[in-house]
Amino acid sequence: MSDTAERVKKIVVEHLGVEEAKVTENASFIDDLGADSLDTVELVMAFEEEFGVEIPDDAAEKIQTVKDAIDFIDANS
Amino acid sequence: MRRVVVTGLGMITPLGDGVKTSWSNILAGKSGAGLISRFDPADSVAKVVCEVPLGDGSNGTFNADHYIEPKDRRRVDDFIVYGIAAAQQAVEDAGWTAPEGEEAERSGVMIGSGIGGLPGIEEASVLMHERGPRRVSPHFIPGRLINLVSGQVSIRYGLKGPNHAVVTACSTGAHAIGDAARMIMLDDADVMVAGGAEAAICPVGVAGFAQAKALSTRYNDSPEKASRPWDEGRDGFVMGEGAGIVVLEELEHAKKRGAKIYAEIVGYGMSGDAYHVTAPAPGGDGAFRAMRAALKRAGMAPSDIDYINAHGTSTPLGDEIELGAVRRLFGDAVKTLSMSSTKSSIGHLLGAAGAVEAIFSILAINDQVAPPTLNLENPSESCLGMDLVPLAPKERSIKAVLSNSFGFGGTNASLIIKAFNG
Repeated sequence: MSDTAERVKKIVVEHLGVEEAKVTENASFIDDLGADSLDTVELVMAFEEEFGVEIPDDAAEKIQTVKDAIDFIDANS
Repeated sequence: MRRVVVTGLGMITPLGDGVKTSWSNILAGKSGAGLISRFDPADSVAKVVCEVPLGDGSNGTFNADHYIEPKDRRRVDDFIVYGIAAAQQAVEDAGWTAPEGEEAERSGVMIGSGIGGLPGIEEASVLMHERGPRRVSPHFIPGRLINLVSGQVSIRYGLKGPNHAVVTACSTGAHAIGDAARMIMLDDADVMVAGGAEAAICPVGVAGFAQAKALSTRYNDSPEKASRPWDEGRDGFVMGEGAGIVVLEELEHAKKRGAKIYAEIVGYGMSGDAYHVTAPAPGGDGAFRAMRAALKRAGMAPSDIDYINAHGTSTPLGDEIELGAVRRLFGDAVKTLSMSSTKSSIGHLLGAAGAVEAIFSILAINDQVAPPTLNLENPSESCLGMDLVPLAPKERSIKAVLSNSFGFGGTNASLIIKAFNG
């Protein structure tokens, strides 16, 4: 697992209070991990903080799975 | 009018987690006061507060993990955490399981707060100033709004009836219980989870009350002496925090499910001072009319009241004025009743005070004991001839209690609670 993936998963586990095993790369924050619309905003803020990137609102809307987040961060940090 | 009884009790106070812990500590004469630990009080003029003892849940300490997931706790201010916890205790105590169908639509919530999420507002303001608006949490608003204790409790238990919240400063808890009881009386609901929650001990909260000259500042070296209602040495109130929640139920509904009935809510009176934002009206006119209205609603005479749980915050002006209003309304009956202020033990829980004190009033009836007014060592002259239950609790016959709560803005509420007699 890449360093980005590991850090993203750690943030997801902490913020959504879900088991680590459930946080697979294809897991959807809302459909699989029980996040609501406020949680997804908070997750994006946590990614920005952790990786020192800015995730504009239109990009944030497209980040729906763990993999989406990892890909965005790898491409922009 | 339909009758309303109390069937569940829950509280978090500076004397511990839970009704039994808090009440036994009150009767043991313990004080919940200490120096501010939530932040560095070096710059604060007032350094004495009554904080909820946090811990692992042993020895009466409050462990939030017993009531709320850590990830959810992070998102809300502590007043919501205390409110959720006290509501859980009350609902469990009532032996009432989550209602379904039409019953859910006949069950509601009415939990208020005086101030709401001030600590979180303070923190977010600093964060925004330093780092800009994109660092403000999406949970900032729903984690600070006063009606979000009601909202959270409604969601947790699936209560689909009235979802309301009172905001009347330090009379919030009493108004919440009184208004919720009326909703049941008027057939808007059969069950209401009602009360108040508060957690405003933060730098700007303490500074605000201190600048209004409302807080005690003379006892920073002996915190347990700071809250001393009616005593000559009193110099202001001591900020407290916590929550008090009751389950109110229509009498026949309670009987039908074989609920344990603690007491009946028989009187509720309200009034406004129309005088000043913080100072009580001279002569206690507002307090007098609130108490009189509660007695009228209850169909009771002053001599029917055995115990008064006073507002008694330990401020020089407020204590005197309440005492005067009681004397004027009760006349000769003041000689036989007992009146005390449990704020001497737990400080002033602001928006939670009226609800916590209503619960102490119920326990006074159930246990036939008036809780003490701690630190009442040198009563002011106006106390002569009245039993203010100084220093130690007093066993006595208590069938009916009047509980007073008054708030900034000149708002007054009095509740009358009576032993349940079938």
